[in-house]
Order: sequence, then C-alpha cells, then structure tokens
Amino acid sequence: MAEFAAKVGIIAHMVRAQVRGQLQYRVSFVMELIGSMMTNALDVATVFVLFSVGGGLGGFGGPNVLLMASLSAVAFSGSDLVVSNVDRLREYVRTGMFDSLLLRPLSSLAQLMAITFALRRVGRFAQAAVLYVIALFVADIDWTVGRVLLAVVAPFTGVVFFSSLFVAGATVAFWWVESGEVANAFTYGGRDFTSYPITMYGGWFRDLFALGLGFGFVAYYPVLALVGLPDPLGVPVWLHWCSPLVAFLAAGLAALFWRVGVRHYRSTGS
Amino acid sequence: MIISARGLRKDFTVTRKVGRFRRERHVVSAVDGVDLTVERGELLGYIGPNGAGKSTTLKMLTGVLYPSAGEVTVCGVEPVAKRTTLAKRIGVVFGQRSQLWWDLPLGESFALLRHIYRVPDTDHAARLTRCTELLGLDEFIHTPVRQLSLGQRMRGELTAALLHGPEVLFLDEPTIGLDVLSKQAVRDFLGELDQRGDTTVVLTTHDLADIEKLCRRLVVIDHGRVVHDGTLDELHTRYRSRRVVVADLDAPWPTDLTLPGAEVTAVEADGHRVTLTLDGIAAGEVVAALARAVPLRDLSVQEPEIEDVIARLYRSEA
Repeated sequence: MAEFAAKVGIIAHMVRAQVRGQLQYRVSFVMELIGSMMTNALDVATVFVLFSVGGGLGGFGGPNVLLMASLSAVAFSGSDLVVSNVDRLREYVRTGMFDSLLLRPLSSLAQLMAITFALRRVGRFAQAAVLYVIALFVADIDWTVGRVLLAVVAPFTGVVFFSSLFVAGATVAFWWVESGEVANAFTYGGRDFTSYPITMYGGWFRDLFALGLGFGFVAYYPVLALVGLPDPLGVPVWLHWCSPLVAFLAAGLAALFWRVGVRHYRSTGS
Repeated sequence: MIISARGLRKDFTVTRKVGRFRRERHVVSAVDGVDLTVERGELLGYIGPNGAGKSTTLKMLTGVLYPSAGEVTVCGVEPVAKRTTLAKRIGVVFGQRSQLWWDLPLGESFALLRHIYRVPDTDHAARLTRCTELLGLDEFIHTPVRQLSLGQRMRGELTAALLHGPEVLFLDEPTIGLDVLSKQAVRDFLGELDQRGDTTVVLTTHDLADIEKLCRRLVVIDHGRVVHDGTLDELHTRYRSRRVVVADLDAPWPTDLTLPGAEVTAVEADGHRVTLTLDGIAAGEVVAALARAVPLRDLSVQEPEIEDVIARLYRSEA
C-alpha cells in the first residue's frame, strides 16, 4: 500500500511537470481553455433545451433523464480529463518515443497518462460534476445508505469504464499504427448512447451496447437503482447495482490488453 | 558477469507489396543468435554497420523489446519480466529518445528524475555536482531543454542517465552529430567514468575515435551476428593490418637488401625513399636493422588505420 502511494506520488510529480510545461505556452493554453468552456456551455444548453421541449424521454420523467445525462457527462468528461489523450500512443509508437517510457521504473501506462495529461479539460469535468449534484437533489430519490454509496461511487465507476475504453482503443496502436478513429466509435459513440435512457434505442443494437459491451452500467442502470424504478426492458433489479463490478472487469481487460500490446511493441530503428 | 546473452534473437515480420493488392510477409532477423557476456566494470564497444542489429540488441538488454528467442540476463534479472526493477539499476542514453522534459529547464528534469528513481537527496546532489563539474552544465542548467544545442542536450542526457547511480550504462551513439568540442567532452567524461571502474558501459558508435580512445574490448556485429569479440589489437592482427615504415635515405636503396620481418613495397625518388610494410614485428627491430644497413636521413612509422580495418571487416562478412 505504501508502495502504491509512493508511485501515485511520483506520477503526481510528472503530471505537475506536464502542466508546468503546458503553461509555458500561455496564450495557447488560455485560448484552449476558453474554447473548451464554450463548448461545454453549449452541451449544457442542449440538455436544457431537450427538457423544455419534451419534459421526458423514453418513458422517463425530466429529473431522471437529467440524472442520467449528467452522470454520463461526469463519467465521460472525467475519463476525458484523465486518459483521453492516451490515443497519442500512436505517435509514440510510430516515432519509437515509447522506448523512453519503458526505460523508467514505472508503469508505462501510468507514465503515458501523466505525459499526455491536459489540464484544460478540467473545466468540462467541473461543469458536469455540478450538474450531477443538482440532478441528485432534483430527482425523487428515497435515500438509503446503499443509495448514498452508489451516488458517490457511480461517477467513479463510469470514469473507470470510459477510461478502460480509451486505453483499450489506444492499445490497438501497438499492432496497427494507423488505427485512426476506429476506437472513437466506441468512446464518443458510447458517450452519446449513455446520455439518454436506453429505452429510446431499438432491438439487438441496444442489447449489444447496454449489456454486451456494458454501456448500460455507466448511467442507465445506476440511475434506475438510485430512483428505485424497475427496468421497462425487464433486466432484474440486482443487476442495476452491478456497475462497480462491470467497471472493475473492464479495467482488468484493458490492463491485460495493454500488457499484451507492450509485448508486441516493435520500436523503430535509432 | 553483469550482462549475459545466449542465442539472443529478434525477428521482425515485414510485409512487402507484391503486385497491386497482394502482400507478402517475410520474417527478418534483426538480431540472429548473439552470444555476449560482459563483466562488471568493463567498457565495451558494440559496433557494426547501419542495420546490423546494434540498437535492437540494446533494446533487448534494457527490456524495451521482447526477444524472439534466446536467454538474456542483465544485473542478474531478465530484462522484460523485471523491467521496472532493472530500470533502477541501469542508465540509458539513446540519442534520439530523450529522457528530458522538452518544455522545462534542464534542472527540473533532473529533479523529476530524482522522484521517479527515488534517489536519496544527498546521493542525487553529489552525483549532480560531479556531472555539473565534469560536463560544464552550469551555463545551461536553467535553460528549457528545447532551447539547448545538441551538444548541451547530450550532456544533459548523460547526466540524466547517471543520477540514480546505475550499475550499467547503455549508450547508443552518444557522440553522433556533436561538434568536436562536445565530442571531446563526452569522450573525456566516459573515460573518467571508466577509470573509476564502478560502472559497466556498453557503447554503440560509428565514431572511430570513440573506439580508439575508449574501448578496450570491441564486439563487432553484422547481419545480426557477432563477427568479432576482442581487443582492437586482436582485430588488427586478425585482419592483418600492418604498420608501414617510410625511410628517406642519403644513398640509393640497395635492391638486393632484405630485412627480416619487413617487405619492401615501394622504392621512389631514385632509390632515396623506401616504403617497408611490417609483418607484425615490433617496428624497433626493423628500424635498427635498417639503420645498420643504410644511411638514414628521416623516418616515419604509420599506424594502421582503424577505418580500413573496420571497412574490411564489414566487407568480408557481407
């Protein structure tokens, strides 16, 4: 445990160095921060517009839809803040710069996260977090100890789930440097899928994404568990509480995939 | 021994276009059965032409690449399996792969590396002071790395690789592209490191001056195989590099004169200048015999050129 804490401390040092490096280019940083905050404001506006029009979506009332949308936003923007730049692995593999990460006494994945960390994304995450807290108050929740725990844990499990996806998507670069935007179909596509009640989608596609790939466990099932509603599609109640387990599984698979990927790393001529 | 490799091999699959759509897959062995042992404290020159497999070997020794076959241990551990353990015990300078933070002052990179390698403050400070003195880091330690010249950066890289007190230092072409002064600084520094004897150094280079000044032992590889393992002198002996004596005489060369251990290869200037090629015998004996036989005015001994030896070696094994 002390060992783990020490490693986290080292990674924190690297992240701070990364931020200091980015602050060297002040104008560029400020411009990007402003740009990012304007997009976020538009995102939030979209959600409110959706409400004022329908008042509900896919058979769920406004507050519950807001809860799903904001939980999904926290999960996605949180993982966006922590790992979304890991797809720069492509560059590191193509140029052979990944060598320098393998020469240091730290996990190569943790280092990659540290050196691709982008502070400007913190704004989006903060906005989403505020929205989530508001949604928790607005929604009609019969608070129990279990539900309080779930409300706290659910954003983290969502972040872990999306982060696993980002990492798995980036890992493809070890085999296929031109992997391009394939992984984005699952990450950005997944964000859109998890923002709304899955009852809006149809058939086999919905089952594949919600249960097969686990996207239902980011926001839809946790919200059902929080507000105590049964699933109109008939998924049993105990499964609504399983999002931590699903996130754990996803993280394990992504880590395994990463390890296999590193073994396939070919480097480049010097 | 601190490094041991047995039958080390690395295969790469390359695809080649055949016709419009078809692609053929080939397996190419970049390193093809290298045996290598290095004792603690040695300074080893690992040389070979471009594409011979030098860097690939180094990457397998440092845990970056997973070997296709063979056994390898460095500091008693298997590099890929114990990558992070090994990383604390070795230092690496790969010319093109910087260990420094591009946008931060050089000194901040060193501070970060102290955290990453968890080096006690006093050890770190002592090593940094020594490197600062020997490499003259004072002038640019507060400059962002991106603004450093190549020579300055390479001095920074060397320091970065040594701050955690590694047992083995791997250097991949540390003098490539440097100006004369920076080359000299790097070479002197490595010479000093070798003198102290507590760090094992494995060096790849194309710079023949590096080899002559630093490497007592040379391992030459070509097409992924070791073609020579020994001293520079042994390399000369094996490839019959011979020293040449050029003598200016006061009287013409007597054509019937023969000297033991030397062959007359040219007589010029109406017999007043003679060129003798030695058969490995010490030059002194031949010169003494020469002085007894003819009136000498001037004399020069030319050492064999290492460029020629290496070039011959590469050609003969191709």
